[in-house]
Amino acid sequence: MDAFVTLDALAAPLDRANVDTDAIIPKQFLKTIRRTGLGVALFYDWRYKDAPSDGRTEGLVPDPSFVLNDPRYKGARILLARENFGCGSSREHAPWALLDYGFRAIVAPSFADIFYNNCFKNGILPVVLPADHVDRLFREVAATPGYRLTIDLPSQKVLLPSKESFSFSIDPVRKNHLLEGLDEIGLAEKKAPLIEAYEKRRQEREPWLVPAAPGGR
Amino acid sequence: MPRTIIDKIWENHVVTEENGTALLYIDRHLVHEVTSPQAFEGLRIAGRKVRRPELTFAVPDHNVPTTDRSRGIADPVSALQVDTLADNARHFGVTHFAMNDPRQGIVHVIAPEQGITLPGQTIVCGDSHTATHGAFGSLAFGIGTSEVEHVLATQTLAQSRPRTMEIRLVGQPPRGITPKDLILAVIGQIGAAGGTGYVIEFTGDPVRALSMEGRMTLCNMAIEAGARAGLVAPDATTFAYIKGRPYAPKGETWEKAVAAWKELPSDPGATYDKTVLVDVSALSPQVTWGTNPGQVVGVDGRVPDPESFSDAVVRDSARKALAYMGLTPGTPLAEIPVTRIFIGSCTNGRIEDLRAAARVAKGRKVAPGVSAMVVPGSGLVRTQAEQEGLHTIFLEAGFEWREPGCSMCLGMNPDQLAPFERCASTSNRNFEGRQGKNGRTHLVSPEMAAAAAVSGRFVDHRTLA
Repeated sequence: MDAFVTLDALAAPLDRANVDTDAIIPKQFLKTIRRTGLGVALFYDWRYKDAPSDGRTEGLVPDPSFVLNDPRYKGARILLARENFGCGSSREHAPWALLDYGFRAIVAPSFADIFYNNCFKNGILPVVLPADHVDRLFREVAATPGYRLTIDLPSQKVLLPSKESFSFSIDPVRKNHLLEGLDEIGLAEKKAPLIEAYEKRRQEREPWLVPAAPGGR
Repeated sequence: MPRTIIDKIWENHVVTEENGTALLYIDRHLVHEVTSPQAFEGLRIAGRKVRRPELTFAVPDHNVPTTDRSRGIADPVSALQVDTLADNARHFGVTHFAMNDPRQGIVHVIAPEQGITLPGQTIVCGDSHTATHGAFGSLAFGIGTSEVEHVLATQTLAQSRPRTMEIRLVGQPPRGITPKDLILAVIGQIGAAGGTGYVIEFTGDPVRALSMEGRMTLCNMAIEAGARAGLVAPDATTFAYIKGRPYAPKGETWEKAVAAWKELPSDPGATYDKTVLVDVSALSPQVTWGTNPGQVVGVDGRVPDPESFSDAVVRDSARKALAYMGLTPGTPLAEIPVTRIFIGSCTNGRIEDLRAAARVAKGRKVAPGVSAMVVPGSGLVRTQAEQEGLHTIFLEAGFEWREPGCSMCLGMNPDQLAPFERCASTSNRNFEGRQGKNGRTHLVSPEMAAAAAVSGRFVDHRTLA
């Protein structure tokens, strides 16, 4: 996973609440056994005219009414979003698609839990700001072509072009993992003796921890 | 200090804790073909093993066809994903219920059925509807693929402690009100993000009165309110369901387990971070009108006018939803015609759901122009339904009787809505494109889906009784 420290990038606005992971990447792209190459499928049904349901990605015609197809947002790496972004299915294909498309940060008033978790595992920073701050960013991005934000993780600030800044909070453990780009499995493996001791205690106290061999009924 | 069941399960599973993040031990890991290939690949690349294969259970459910399977899966991409799961299960020594195993089915239907799901456990799966298992008084939640890999490798997950929410159902539900109506009403009240950051405990007499199947329907959709998990404290109903199931504890261990499970319910005086009362005494059968499960009204209601909502975000969501759904404000729900019916899914694909739908379908015919299908949640549900003759009722009424799987809940297999088709569905999500691009999904109970099938529109199933 790539570390995330500071990002200075163009912002793109996606002005709707409850954007679910089915919308971020529809079902036909979940059949892959790889993590890569999903950017082309991001927001598939909104992004292409007459998007076919067979998962085809060649010969598609961008729908000019979809915001990410507006040339002024080309190259955006920060997505501005609304309440409950990423709700629904746990599919990690959603952050994989966002990352592959180029997004490294998403700014919204709230995120769905599983999606929020999944972002951190992929080096994407989800930033929660109060709804009125997000509202202001939406207004400014609409009014200002080339609108850029700087997101600074060490100081937990979003810097506006006006030099004002909005602070955000983040769990310190998650922050550290992002800053360092850490392998969480490796970290947990270092605690193997603790896990083994726990398993031993549990097995003595709750011998049903390991399922019975199938039988009965 | 009195503790909630959520606190008790949480504290019993903390291996170690640092800066507010716990390393949580995972008792059961359920795996399906869609969200696991990249996780197993990660293990192979790093040269890691599955730490506790005997706590890990795999089944293909999303991609499997619900028509004749004897010649395999026609779509080569789906087939590869299902084959990859089988290969991974074999390679890593994980129990695998293959597509043609009589026990195969939707992961959230078969784990309880097999006695794999037990009270007091932590249960995860790379699937948001893992909340279903909370019906047994376990802490069960959906995770992403990176976390699947983490659990495979370490049998633990790094987690921050969830906030706790009690949703207490009060009042006696009217006759014919189903668990699906209860949970849709809950989501309608608290909203699609009302549970974000929380684990919900469902309490109250209407919850106690539910069967295990009903409790699973209730907990299944906790995620649709944004909650990390939903659960119901175990009781005699729970123990009776589990006893004798293939993987359930037996003999002396059973006695010991039940004694421990009886200690799980929340202590008197335990407090939650939030308590919400939901009065269910005046509910009518629920039908969603929008594109999130919180956009719901009774079948006796009308499609709301977006302009009637004071909150700007809610108003905008309602406008977009009505445009997508092709609905006009003020239309009575009972005047909305439907042409497709889907009865099944991890929400409503269990035996009681099929019995309920069959009671409505019995002696009636699917309305002209309507196509209806019943997809049992598992092979064992299908077999039991056939032993009870339910399939005959469905077939005589003109329903299709299918093989088990996730099917048209999300349409990863060939079961999909055509553009602009309108469907009464017993599944859990009415999102845009969920059941097929531009498909229009209305979430309902099995009874309401069957009533819509025979009427060609939404109708209060109680008027058909």
